[in-house]
Amino acid sequence: MDNKRIDQIIDKHRGEASSLIQILLDIQSENHWLPKEALGRVSEKLEVPLSRTMHIASFYKAFSLVPKGRHAVHICMGTACHVRGAKRILETVEELTGLKPGETDVEMKYSLETVNCLGCCALGPVIEINGKAHGKVSVSDTSGVLEHYK
Amino acid sequence: MNEILLEIDGKEVRAREGTTLLEAAQNAGISIPKLCQHEKLIPFGGCRLCLVEVESGSPTKLVVSCVYPVEESLVVRTRSEKIDRIRKTLLELLLAHAPNSLQLQDLAKEYGANKDRFEKEASFCIHCGLCVRYCAEVKKLNAVGFVDRGINKEISFIPEIASKECKDCMECFPLCPTSYLQAAFVFIEALAFPEASSGIPSKKQKLINNQ
Ligand code: SF4
Ligand code: FES
Repeated sequence: MDNKRIDQIIDKHRGEASSLIQILLDIQSENHWLPKEALGRVSEKLEVPLSRTMHIASFYKAFSLVPKGRHAVHICMGTACHVRGAKRILETVEELTGLKPGETDVEMKYSLETVNCLGCCALGPVIEINGKAHGKVSVSDTSGVLEHYK
Repeated sequence: MNEILLEIDGKEVRAREGTTLLEAAQNAGISIPKLCQHEKLIPFGGCRLCLVEVESGSPTKLVVSCVYPVEESLVVRTRSEKIDRIRKTLLELLLAHAPNSLQLQDLAKEYGANKDRFEKEASFCIHCGLCVRYCAEVKKLNAVGFVDRGINKEISFIPEIASKECKDCMECFPLCPTSYLQAAFVFIEALAFPEASSGIPSKKQKLINNQ
């Protein structure tokens, strides 16, 4: 992401230091992660110390400080999904993608994460990919679900 | 500024409005244990070791003295069975993270804290924030900050700033109650600027040895 685009986002928030989190969220959603250069640019423009920006960027799970794959795969491990076998779903996804939670493959295709309740317990077990929920998945469905995402 | 009259450990104490209980006690020669308070820094209330009991009807109330402003005719106790018990547990928890800290060990002796009560999880840093706040508030350099959260929270130097500013300062090192800071600094420095790490004056070494 180039500085021009970052500056546009900052301008959208009128360059206010109090909008720091919103600005980071915008960059995160567009770029899928926060490169160090982007954090530096934001700090400089908002006149917020880089140490503070780093603290915030590393504090919230919504931000990633490492590059993310094209598809964000979230496996729900909340109570309802857990009792319906989320663990086995996770193991299957781990096997199919070769990833552990928090990892991204070299082709930058998938980033795997676990989450603790997506708020749609009745659909459990749930895999959410790029914000779309796939409910009531079974171990045998899993590879089919993943194959939708190239 | 109004003068406020209160009682600390049975002693009449006068303090200016807006001072904290901890400062008022210190000025009256009453010592309260503390780890994260520093006269030059904005009160932080991180370590909770400075907690005291104030009488506001019964039961008494526990407050953190370094962030609690003085109040007219407040009755404060800085030691009691309850306070000592809580401080002992706090120290035991902190010692699980920084078992070698001399400052903690001294306090542990005073409060009868057992440094082996909790399983060791030596992260060395106890998140007192002294280094981070000193760098930000006094030096205005922001070379060191916290990253991550909860049990994973740790200090981290911004290499670009640290490489320029820290060599001539290092004032945060001796503030650290656990000496973790030195280790982290040396570590990061060695990683980030190998060429600089060999030419550092011996001042730092001295500080480490003094801990
Ligand atoms: S490194 Fe030391 S001074 Fe800095 S926050 Fe940790 S314990 Fe406090
Ligand atoms: S000195 Fe008061 S909380 Fe640390």
